[in-house]
Amino acid sequence: MPFLDQWISWLPALSPGLGVSLTLTGLCLLFGMPFGLLLALILEGPVKPLRIAALVVVEVGRGAPALVLLYLLYFGLPEGGVTLSAFATGVISLSWTTGAYASELFRSGLAAVPAGQREAAVTSGLRGWSGFRYIILPQAIRISTPPLASLGVTIFQTSSLAFVIAVPELMSKAYALGSITFEYLSVFALTSVLYGSITLVALAFVRLAEQRLSRHL
Amino acid sequence: MFAQIAAGVGMTVSITGASLLIGALLGLPLVAARRSAWTPLRTLATAYIDIVRTIPPITWLFLIYFGLPQYALRLDSVSASIIGFSMIASAYMAETYRSGLLSIPQGQWEAATALGMKFLPKTRYIITPQAFKVTLPAIAAYAISLLKDSALASTIGVHEITYQAGLVSRATHQGLLAFSIAGLLYIAMSIPLALAARRVDRVLRQKLEVA
Repeated sequence: MPFLDQWISWLPALSPGLGVSLTLTGLCLLFGMPFGLLLALILEGPVKPLRIAALVVVEVGRGAPALVLLYLLYFGLPEGGVTLSAFATGVISLSWTTGAYASELFRSGLAAVPAGQREAAVTSGLRGWSGFRYIILPQAIRISTPPLASLGVTIFQTSSLAFVIAVPELMSKAYALGSITFEYLSVFALTSVLYGSITLVALAFVRLAEQRLSRHL
Repeated sequence: MFAQIAAGVGMTVSITGASLLIGALLGLPLVAARRSAWTPLRTLATAYIDIVRTIPPITWLFLIYFGLPQYALRLDSVSASIIGFSMIASAYMAETYRSGLLSIPQGQWEAATALGMKFLPKTRYIITPQAFKVTLPAIAAYAISLLKDSALASTIGVHEITYQAGLVSRATHQGLLAFSIAGLLYIAMSIPLALAARRVDRVLRQKLEVA
């Protein structure tokens, strides 16, 4: 198969891009997940001004396309006097998207913990924060883990958007290779195979984790 | 500035609407194939749905817009993006339909068969009305996410909201303002969709008297 030889010869050119895509995804999950949890805690919390601010962050993060958020920060931050690399801008922007979606998943996880658990915590003398921290939160996080893992896979796909602000990730490497070789169809087919295979493997792990986690629920 | 960015709203709506419509129609035979008893057909449909969904939309658009002309199928950017998004929508709609169908108790199919109904009237009068009610919120949610995905069409040069915002930001050097307007336009467009879906959903539930 001639195209397979071609693909193998292209892999060295594309693999650094794949590395950047995976790093970008990893950093976004690393920053985005705690950010999402923080947003969820604020949204469930008692401080109204903070709640409104968090609501705006979540609704804009979920309501506006991730692409628009990327452009917004890429063009907007320098106007505010903050000049960051394209990669850093990509991390911030996609972490915002991740956090906004994750906060909703954390909130539904919190809502899914039975009310009896709260009551039991209070009767056991675990009031307020300590009851929340030791009784409610661990259960909520366990409930939220499968959808959060799926979100992680989605974020890997979304990382392809960083192409538009010139982050040297997989899509931009593929586009560059295409414009050198003029073999766009073949290059993007290989790119699709790379994205697709990683996504499928990741999804298989998500399903496995889901089964293991639900054993004790 | 607002007027120039808002000039892209029509294109965003057309691309989203056309892709959603085509995807919703293509999703019907697809879900039938996905639930088919004939293994090769089922495998093919499952593979199509999985492959389409595991590849990022931007990769699909580039594959269609830059890749196909290599074999003399030259598409303009609007058709290329509608083809790409219709494909993606068909896979997601098929999965949405499938979850709707799964929520219908087996007894409904059996009862319809017992009444002597053939496949088409059974589907038309018994299953679809119930499945539609269950699926509608999911369809509305997908419509909103497709609306946001349509921003990607700007990368292959479709003159929709994001593209217009990009033009404005380069011309005026006010990127923050331009893309804030673009973001708010998307949010403003998805709110009526969400509200309409909620209302229709409530009306349908009352009509069918199901909690």
